[in-house]
Amino acid sequence: MAERTLTRADLSEAVYQEVGLSRHESAQLVEIVLKQISDALAQGESVKISSFGSFSVRQKGQRIGRNPKTGAVVPIMPRRVLVFRASHVLKNTINKKLSQLDAARPTAPESGGQPA
Amino acid sequence: MTRSELIQRLAEMNPHLYQRDVERIIGTIFDEITEALSRGDRVELRGFGAFSVKRRGPRTGRNPRTGSSVQVSEKHVPFFKAGKELRERLNTGR
Repeated sequence: MAERTLTRADLSEAVYQEVGLSRHESAQLVEIVLKQISDALAQGESVKISSFGSFSVRQKGQRIGRNPKTGAVVPIMPRRVLVFRASHVLKNTINKKLSQLDAARPTAPESGGQPA
Repeated sequence: MTRSELIQRLAEMNPHLYQRDVERIIGTIFDEITEALSRGDRVELRGFGAFSVKRRGPRTGRNPRTGSSVQVSEKHVPFFKAGKELRERLNTGR
């Protein structure tokens, strides 16, 4: 599968195509949306986007870690981490589309199969 | 914050936009991400984070109630990793 990576530029372009604002304003709006979400999370607020998923902040307590190279004991301080839970709609859409793609693709050579 | 609160905040910040357009902006952003993931693509938003799809291979599971084995087919799960900037902001509270 030719896997590519979408960036802000692709999101701005989609907003530009879909809503018909200027390219500049579309890019600004994408930025504002991401900032609004980040600001809410930075304040410890969860963000729930229906039919997409929810972002929430989880508090982690202090624990003892180890430097895997040296084996030295390092304390890991209490911290906050971000967790994303995809909605069922998102999970189902991804699985449905990807299984269709898999089905459409010519079958990959089976391991142990006869070489062509 | 919910999707509708996000729409509300964006609308308040942009009084020149129609409510309908603000809804479409938010919708388009999340639809684009969903479509990209449905193609198996990644979405990388610097400072915010990256969305990707992880494949879970087929496995033999068990019905925890009866103990009988069940074939679980391959599936794909969406995954999000917070970006460096956001991760740092969570811990400075700013």
